[in-house]
Amino acid sequence: MNESIEIQVRQIAADVLSIPLARISRQTSPETVAGWDSVQHLNFILALEQELNIQFDPEEIDKIRSVGDAIDVAVGK
Amino acid sequence: MAEVSRDDIDAEIAAGNFSRAKNLLAQLWRGSAKLSTASFVVGRFDLLRPHLELAACRAAILRSFTLEPVIPVLRCEAFLGGIDLEVRLGDFNAAAQEILAADGWVYTSPLDVVILAVQTRDISPPLWEQFTDLGGEAIEAEIFRVVSHFQQLIETFRQRSTAHLIVHSLESPPIPANGILDTRLPLGQAAAIARINAALFEQARQLKNVYVLDMQALAGQRGQPWHDERRWLMSRYPLADGSALLLAREWLHFVHPIAGRICKVLAVDLDNTLWGGIVGEDGPGGIKLVDQYPGGGYRALQRAILDLHRRGILLAICSKNNPDDVMEVIDKHPGMLLRREHFAAMRINWNDKAANLREIADELNVGLDAIAFLDDSAAECALVEEQLPQVTVIHLAGEVGSYAGQLRQSPAFERLELTAEDQSRGKIYQGQRQRADLQKSAPSLEDFYRSLQMRATIEPITPGTLSRAAQLTQKTNQFNLTTRRYSEAQMAALAQGSGFTLRLSDRFGDNGIVGVAILRGEGDVREIDTFLLSCRVIGRTVETAFLSALAGAAKKAGATRLAGWFVPTKKNAPAAGFYARHGFSQTAEKEGSTYWELDLTAAIVAAPAWITVEGAGI
Repeated sequence: MNESIEIQVRQIAADVLSIPLARISRQTSPETVAGWDSVQHLNFILALEQELNIQFDPEEIDKIRSVGDAIDVAVGK
Repeated sequence: MAEVSRDDIDAEIAAGNFSRAKNLLAQLWRGSAKLSTASFVVGRFDLLRPHLELAACRAAILRSFTLEPVIPVLRCEAFLGGIDLEVRLGDFNAAAQEILAADGWVYTSPLDVVILAVQTRDISPPLWEQFTDLGGEAIEAEIFRVVSHFQQLIETFRQRSTAHLIVHSLESPPIPANGILDTRLPLGQAAAIARINAALFEQARQLKNVYVLDMQALAGQRGQPWHDERRWLMSRYPLADGSALLLAREWLHFVHPIAGRICKVLAVDLDNTLWGGIVGEDGPGGIKLVDQYPGGGYRALQRAILDLHRRGILLAICSKNNPDDVMEVIDKHPGMLLRREHFAAMRINWNDKAANLREIADELNVGLDAIAFLDDSAAECALVEEQLPQVTVIHLAGEVGSYAGQLRQSPAFERLELTAEDQSRGKIYQGQRQRADLQKSAPSLEDFYRSLQMRATIEPITPGTLSRAAQLTQKTNQFNLTTRRYSEAQMAALAQGSGFTLRLSDRFGDNGIVGVAILRGEGDVREIDTFLLSCRVIGRTVETAFLSALAGAAKKAGATRLAGWFVPTKKNAPAAGFYARHGFSQTAEKEGSTYWELDLTAAIVAAPAWITVEGAGI
């Protein structure tokens, strides 16, 4: 289950940021991806909510600063 | 249906199968119309763009709220509909400043369309959330303030830009502040907002290329809450999941006709599309067409098709069937709304549908990209998508009660203005069929021309014909020497005194305005900027009569030479050779285009004897 969420989150990051899935790791973050600005961040959060059918609290959104963070928060839902 | 994998799509792109990749992207999107899929599709289209035939369109969205997440969805849907849509978003809540800044980017960037997206809660917090604080006078004052604000923005924009403008009307809160009392009040919340919208609609009707997007109706279409208050408060993004797709599609209903990505012909399947059941098996009496479920659903679809016919869309039948069974239903079944006279072409046989669609395109003299195909069969739709990627395929899925809505959802049939020609096009094509019969019976081509009793009226473009003239430059592909597309505004500027229309009538009826020509320049040389004829009058020597009148006009204005470019395109082969045939000499060539000149002091272009030419001021 957790593994499938991890795969989904990585795919969503690849789609939204337009980079190959193979280049997405837990460490991928706005610091490592040039195009990951505030707009893409909002799109990433929205896409996660849509695809995983969950809703993040503001505190959870604050915690999401990398793909790994997103996986952890999503798995915790 | 198995979900399409992203790897499959990338493999098709790598292998150079671009059209197949596009179909897979469309399938992926149909299976999961969500933001991440949209982002993926847009990313891949950036790779496909050079290999597909897409209409280009540049849009700007000026807004009062967060709209960024809608943009990938918008561009994805646009791409799949054949439009390469560039979108620039204005700054957050800066719409008014951006319109009022005289030398701002809104006016310095080349734009085809500008969308003004303002929400009620942003432009009028009193009407949206403080309504019960307001007395009657305060409500009136607020309505006045908002209407004046909109009018100033719209007028300013219209004066400074020729781009199309689409203005969101204001939505009402889903539940009024006073509950059911709202309609009992002298001026309730919904009524106050409706007054603002009525003023918007009225202003837009008065101005060229200004349109209102009816937000109230759009939000109502959704059937679920339009807004998501949690997201609004967290990120100023107000839309619930699913609303973004509807909003993007609504924008595209305007973008399609603006970009010229529209269909002229709707080719329909019959069994289980126009009626329930299979006429060849169930018999004409056994098909379902009574006004209950499911027959009523098929009748509703026929009604939607009839509405398109009245808008000028030509109808064709593309069906695997026995013609006798079908014609008995079409001529005699009491439940049919569509009859023989509504169809401009019919292919009722056992050939494959792609071949039949090709024939329909030939018969009606349109390109395949002007054809939309409507069928309930996934297999037939897939075949056509595969073999004729230019055709717009509308697959009726799900249950029949939703069919009419599915057709009405297509942006391919939208028109920005309705011309008299649009409304009578069906009749014009009926005349076309009669002319074809006459041609078969006439002994020689010249006899045929004479028997048509053609009458061409050639006149300078007037405010009354401007809209049709611009429309023809947008839509005419075949007999078009330069294929320059002009908006109404551009046409008005260009045509001043030297733009002409040709109206053609004959013994079978009035074809309406079917030709446009624009002359440019002064002094010795007049250059033909535009010369085009609608495909329905190609092959009747009308072009010679038109050119003769142009040469006369140029000579009268003191020119000694008439010149013009022929710019070849994929579609304008019928216009190739036009200048050579009329005595012009080629004097230059540039990037495949050729330049032709005619010495007006030595040569005469004579109008054919069988066309009566009349007109004012030429």
